Amino acid sequence: MIANTKQFDNPKDKYFDSLKFALYCITHPLDGFWDLTHEKRGTYAAANTILFLTLLIRILKLRFTSFIFIQVYWEDLNIFLYLASILFPLALWVVGNWGLTTLFDGKGKLGQVYMATCYALTPYPLIQFPLMVFSNFVTVDEAEFYSVVSALSLVWAALLVIAAMGQIHEYSAGKNLLFTVATLFAMLVMIFILMIFFSMISQGVAYFISLARELMFRM
Amino acid sequence: MRKKNFFLKTGMAILAITTAVLQPLQVKAATDEGGYTYNYDYWGDYMNSADFYNSCKVFTSTDLGLDVKLKNPQGLFADGNTLYLCDSGNNRIIELNRLSSEQLEVVRIIDSIKGSDIETLNNPTDVAVSEDGNIFIADQGNARVIKVDKDLNFLMEFVKPTDNTLDSKLVFQPTKLAVDTAERVYCIATGINKGLIKYENDATFSGFVGATPVSFEWTDYIWKKLASQEQRAKMESFVPTEYENIYMDYEGFIYATKARTLEQARADENAVRKLNLMGSDILVSNGDWSVGGDLYLGSGGGYEGPSILTDVTCMDNDIYVCLDRNRGRLFGYDDQGHMVFAFGGNGNMDGYFRRPSAIDHIGHELYVVDSLDCSITAFVPTQFGELVYTAIEEFDKGHYEESGVAWQEVMNQNGNYDLAYIGIGRSLLRQEQYEDAMKYFELKYDADNYSKAYKQYRKIWVEEHIFWIVLVILALFLVPLSIGKVRSIRHEIDTADIFVVEKKG
Repeated sequence: MIANTKQFDNPKDKYFDSLKFALYCITHPLDGFWDLTHEKRGTYAAANTILFLTLLIRILKLRFTSFIFIQVYWEDLNIFLYLASILFPLALWVVGNWGLTTLFDGKGKLGQVYMATCYALTPYPLIQFPLMVFSNFVTVDEAEFYSVVSALSLVWAALLVIAAMGQIHEYSAGKNLLFTVATLFAMLVMIFILMIFFSMISQGVAYFISLARELMFRM
Repeated sequence: MRKKNFFLKTGMAILAITTAVLQPLQVKAATDEGGYTYNYDYWGDYMNSADFYNSCKVFTSTDLGLDVKLKNPQGLFADGNTLYLCDSGNNRIIELNRLSSEQLEVVRIIDSIKGSDIETLNNPTDVAVSEDGNIFIADQGNARVIKVDKDLNFLMEFVKPTDNTLDSKLVFQPTKLAVDTAERVYCIATGINKGLIKYENDATFSGFVGATPVSFEWTDYIWKKLASQEQRAKMESFVPTEYENIYMDYEGFIYATKARTLEQARADENAVRKLNLMGSDILVSNGDWSVGGDLYLGSGGGYEGPSILTDVTCMDNDIYVCLDRNRGRLFGYDDQGHMVFAFGGNGNMDGYFRRPSAIDHIGHELYVVDSLDCSITAFVPTQFGELVYTAIEEFDKGHYEESGVAWQEVMNQNGNYDLAYIGIGRSLLRQEQYEDAMKYFELKYDADNYSKAYKQYRKIWVEEHIFWIVLVILALFLVPLSIGKVRSIRHEIDTADIFVVEKKG
């Protein structure tokens, strides 16, 4: 495709164009994600918008999906932890992927990895929102439709993430898959280190608390 | 002074933090433990309930006017207004007549029979009476089940089955039995795990029925394959679980209970099976949780592990009550497998048990035998309990409106009672008030019933608005179509030769 290199005078136009470009990306992933960074078709503003929509839909789903599909135990729900269930893996993925690919000829920068990953999330809000509305009009007998389409949105997004990484790092298919797996391992390693870090910190704090307690007994 | 102030402040801060940390724990401890009567909601949380049954009276040996005190009573059977109590430790069976729920009188004491080789009983553990009035006794110590007529004349005995698969050294120890209308005998014996032993009415052994399916973890299987002969002998073998107890309901189905292992309880397996004539399990388990007693298996008050349902009885409204000998509780389930009530506990107070062993019912009243306390506890339903029973029975009779009214009253008395919401919903569903029914089902997460109501609601809605629906669909197709048409006509006009020629001219 001949790249569309038209210039925008108004930043608003650029924003809407880049947001619209997400639709092109999800239908033409290889071509789209190449242009996303190499032709500067994507913007951070659009990426943030897509991420925000994803988070918003994820929360809306809790309340507005039919109880046939999602039963929420509201007493135990922490909305911030719930959001973290998207944000935390996303952050790990972006950092892990960038950290690894930088060492192995990856052309993508940290910001570009973030942008491409966010663009790849587009199918989630796009499919889940109509699905959320749809769920209120079905019975348990028709529940299969919901679960199939819902799974489809996740699989689509996952495939897009993989495709996007290959394009922005200029990797071949094999290398791309290898680094997808490697990134998943990197995420595990980071979780492991974080856990060690926090348990060390809490033990350190506990030591000083018990020390203070001991001192108070003796004062 | 300054230093002291500092320590005072840190001390107060630490105190504040610890109280803040401990506070939720204390609240949790309070909500975790249920009251005397409780139920579980959709999430498996304890829901304290209004009392369903009241212990009306505890009958001890003295209350019954017995000269020899009861000793380790094991079995109870109710036939009309007559209760048969197996006083196993004293080798006798006591026939009691229920005058009222507060008054039982001893009719006779059965300690010997006429016309048999062995005329005395030895550790009788269970008794049953057939429709013809013949009495069947599991005479465990004498390795037989005997059938006597109502005047205690020996009729026949049922002995160890002649089956090649049974160990010839095994001593036949029948523990529990049930008799059907044709006087066929189903019996459980210690050490026989092939299912229930079934005898024809002429005392011939006709086979084993309804063995529990064997379940094991595949990891256990691999370990077993790798283990040596000696190690293998020490491992638990993959064999069916023995039944704890059986009960023949008024329709001729056998309710059988088994003790679950911790794994089976965690996997939410049923502890009760309802066996048909073929010996297959037909228990309906549509509840949020399995039919197996308590959901929380943690230790508390010295008792831990899953509930061990040691006896079961089924009332005429298809509600069956299981007796847990681990925590001394009673669990009632309806024919759909929803928990109707749970109450009881271990202790010395009336309505609590030390080692309950048997349960049976007369009407809605429950009679529970405690083998350590040597007593019979009579439970009568409270007003709340009777309301629930009314609601269920009216629904079964097809009086949906009355059932709905009763459920509404149940809900007024106990707003945490999930069955009331579902009951109102089901009665509304039958009265074709689908939209209201949906609301009640949604409140208690009953997806199946909700879908039934919604399907009807949706059908009616579509039928009522069919004109608009067709109109919208037509518009969706026609509008873009006509726009396209208009455009192409306009395009044709614009590029028509005459105009082009004229322009040129």
